[in-house]
Amino acid sequence: MKKVFAMLPVAVFAVLVGFFIYRLVLIDHGDTPNLIPSVMIGRSAPAFDLPPLFDGQPHFAAKDLQGKVTLINFFASWCEACRAEHGFLGEVKQAGIRLIGIDYKDDPKDAKAWLARMGDPYDEVVTDADGRTAINFGLYGVPESYLIDKKGVIRFKQTGELTPDVIRSQVVPLARELSR
Amino acid sequence: MIPELGHFALILALFVALVQAVVPMIGASRGDRAWMGVASSAAAAQFALVTLAFGCLVWCYVVSDFSVLNVAQNSHTDKPLLYKITGVWGNHEGSMLLWVFILSVYGMAAALFGRNLPPTLRARALAVQGLVAFGFLVFILLTSNPFLRLDPAPPNGMGMNPLLQDPGLAFHPPFLYLGYVGFSMAYSFAVAALIEGRVDAVWARWVRPWVLAAWCFLTVGIVGGSWWAYYTLGWGGWWYWDPVENASLMPWLAGTALLHSLIVVERRDALKAWTILLTIVTFSLSLLGTFLVRSGVLTSVHSFAADPSRGVFILALLAGFTGLSLTLFSIRAPSLKGGSLFAPVSREGGLLLNNIFLSAAMGAVLLGTLYPLFMDVLELGKISVGPPYFDMVFIPFMTPVILAMALGPMLAWKRGSLKTAFARLRISLALAAAAIAVFAAFHVSWGVAASMGMAVWLFAGTMETLAERTGFLRAPWRETKRRALGLPRSFYGMIASHAGIAILIAGIAGSTAWQSERIQIMHIGDSVALGGYEIKLAKVEDGIKGPNYTAMRGIFDVSRNGVQDIALHPEKRTYDAPPRTTTKAATWGDFPHNLYAVLGDPDPKGGYVTRLYDKPLVTWIFFGGGLIALGGGLALLDRRYRVGAPTRSKYAGRDG
Amino acid sequence: MKIRRFFLLFLLGIAVATAFADTARAVLPDEMLSNPVLERRARKISEGLRCLVCQNESIDDSDAALAHDLRILVRKRLLAGDTDAQVKQYIVSRYGNYVLLKPPFDAETLGLWLGPGALLLFGAAAAVFFYRRKDGVAETPRLSGEERARLDALMNGGQGGGENAS
Repeated sequence: MKKVFAMLPVAVFAVLVGFFIYRLVLIDHGDTPNLIPSVMIGRSAPAFDLPPLFDGQPHFAAKDLQGKVTLINFFASWCEACRAEHGFLGEVKQAGIRLIGIDYKDDPKDAKAWLARMGDPYDEVVTDADGRTAINFGLYGVPESYLIDKKGVIRFKQTGELTPDVIRSQVVPLARELSR
Repeated sequence: MIPELGHFALILALFVALVQAVVPMIGASRGDRAWMGVASSAAAAQFALVTLAFGCLVWCYVVSDFSVLNVAQNSHTDKPLLYKITGVWGNHEGSMLLWVFILSVYGMAAALFGRNLPPTLRARALAVQGLVAFGFLVFILLTSNPFLRLDPAPPNGMGMNPLLQDPGLAFHPPFLYLGYVGFSMAYSFAVAALIEGRVDAVWARWVRPWVLAAWCFLTVGIVGGSWWAYYTLGWGGWWYWDPVENASLMPWLAGTALLHSLIVVERRDALKAWTILLTIVTFSLSLLGTFLVRSGVLTSVHSFAADPSRGVFILALLAGFTGLSLTLFSIRAPSLKGGSLFAPVSREGGLLLNNIFLSAAMGAVLLGTLYPLFMDVLELGKISVGPPYFDMVFIPFMTPVILAMALGPMLAWKRGSLKTAFARLRISLALAAAAIAVFAAFHVSWGVAASMGMAVWLFAGTMETLAERTGFLRAPWRETKRRALGLPRSFYGMIASHAGIAILIAGIAGSTAWQSERIQIMHIGDSVALGGYEIKLAKVEDGIKGPNYTAMRGIFDVSRNGVQDIALHPEKRTYDAPPRTTTKAATWGDFPHNLYAVLGDPDPKGGYVTRLYDKPLVTWIFFGGGLIALGGGLALLDRRYRVGAPTRSKYAGRDG
Repeated sequence: MKIRRFFLLFLLGIAVATAFADTARAVLPDEMLSNPVLERRARKISEGLRCLVCQNESIDDSDAALAHDLRILVRKRLLAGDTDAQVKQYIVSRYGNYVLLKPPFDAETLGLWLGPGALLLFGAAAAVFFYRRKDGVAETPRLSGEERARLDALMNGGQGGGENAS
């Protein structure tokens, strides 16, 4: 009995070390502790109806998501990482995915100038001036992208920039599957 | 040249550490005096070499040698000299070197003060110490070398985060490290004792001063950090149960339990296996903290987890030191003799109760800190464990400890009587009941009234213990004086620390219950009423030049009943390199109030966002914390540690 | 409020080289509700919600933009008549349980909530085990008159005597 008790600390410690090792392995595979999976995956996109950035264009609302696979990309002209991501968005569009830009908490003037300078890959750009729609999507910060299927259900979320690797290995294949 | 000298000294230190780890250990098992004697010379050489290396790094910082990568990344020529020096440990590499430097200081101290120890125990303890140093030196040299060169050298450094440019924070890490690393001494003694298979009262007496010293430093480090957070950070908080804070609290809790269980071993020769385990756990928790903070396995360290190889390395060190010692424990512990018996209601019983609750509280903090990690690994989802959880768990665990803390010293050894103890504490009981009634009548919550009652109970109980021992008011004055002078310093240390806890509790309860805040936009000339004071924004001066920053300073005139008391000068500083803005809160205390002012951003209409708080009794938290540490210091000065460690023969046949 | 992050990291002596800028912190005057009861509830709720972008601090303490938006959202929900639980649920449904600084009690967190109690029970059990051990150096305690009388009563009556036989 005494011997069993004496083994207990080292046994508990071994389990603990096992957890730590596994956690480090996870980090090595890119799963850092501050990577929080979205609870919105598999749920319908939240209701929204946002005004266009460019005058004269239509609003974009949740009901417009029906019937077409869509990538919603939250961006802002003040966001550094968006600049890095911007050049790769063309690839999304080329793959036949509808690309909707939501300009997050931005001055429309700045956003227009930014798109004029950086190029405008979006099918439509709408504005979320107070960031409420973004919160309904469960957004942490810009850039963030949500892939939504034909029925308006969120299927994939990228927190942070879309890299060519993510676009090619995840977004495009998933979109292709969802289009079928 | 200087950086290379430092680098070379570190490599030499590595070999010396290896010698220190191996030779005395073999010598001890063979009974070879000469080989055992290597331990102290190696410890001395180790100290000299690591001091040289540390000195070299400090030198690089002082002369701003930006050809050294570490200096270029963390320093700047414009920094005041003080912060150039303290910048040495304001980064990962430098702080690891400080860690090893402190380890070598302890090793040297053990070699110097350990002359009375049995040679084998001393040799083995120093060898274990050498092994720890070896592990960390390998870690520094392979993954975190502060002496790496940068070519070409940049014209100036990147500067240090302005938040670190504060005297409070500058000296905070060394104290923490003196605490964490100090527990390595106790650990080394525990491992040495396990190897020898002998743990007794004498062993406890040798170990206790090291634990006391480490515990004092750690207390100062934690309380100092908390105080610094309070007076500079501008949100008026002092503890947030963050994983990194918990990483410092856990060894403190374990160390506190250890201090108390060592008393039982020393006085009664009981709880030996448990005490050895606690010693290992305490140092392991220090290592665990290092791992958690520097590996990036918890969210708290999100911005630091740059190098996973460091995490792996520290985990290997943790697994090695802790795993080895716990395995040794599992082999040796069953053969440790149980020691003398005692009743649950007795001095020892009280100390055991303290140990159970402190350990459970420590375990709960550990569980809360690591639970998100467990869930990550088991793919159960992501959760947060924040202050509400820890408050809910920690407070009920500490309450019995605090209630028993007043009773324990009134109990007799072996078998005490609760009836007698309560009878001796009747004044405290009455005062505590009165305090609860008075505070409850003032419409504070029951929780606060109960906390205040506990604080009064503990403080009065501690004073009654002092009165009891000195025969205060019962014996003639001359007799009281004689007894007071005759009591050991460790007794006064206990009185001071326990009273400190009482003051700390009152501070926590008071500052939570009666705090008030005013958050508003103020224009020049506006006044706000807070805590019976009128606080007027008299003016805002902009463009004040500091050595490496520009500040905006608000002048708040504080007056009561129309009489001006003082002015508060909070600042908003913008540093040059790196360009960052920090707030500098201003505080002023006038019992029981503690006013706290923060100047925020200007408003487009010419006003300023201001935050004014009144946190009554908040300074008691830090004063109480300081008193706790002071008590430890007093105990450390006890005669029985200064006279020199007793030899085993003197102790033989001694009965409690 | 990233500044505090900084202190916490530094508790173990670590400097972090990310861009921390701290100006004003936490709740701003223009966010606050004029109704003091609602404002107090809003503060209370905010203190329990984690700031998502700054890690491990509440939105009440944070000066991150998202925390600011969430504080406003909390107040809007309260003005719309939500209960405290509904406001929390509103945010949890978008961000998951991760936003709650006090995790809910459910199957996944069973260990978290019951663990501390289990630890204490284990400690208590170990203490009982310890007090009943027989390998200690027995020092026969001197019995008081009262104790002796009780012992005699037990020995003669036999009641409860079995307990000591273990």
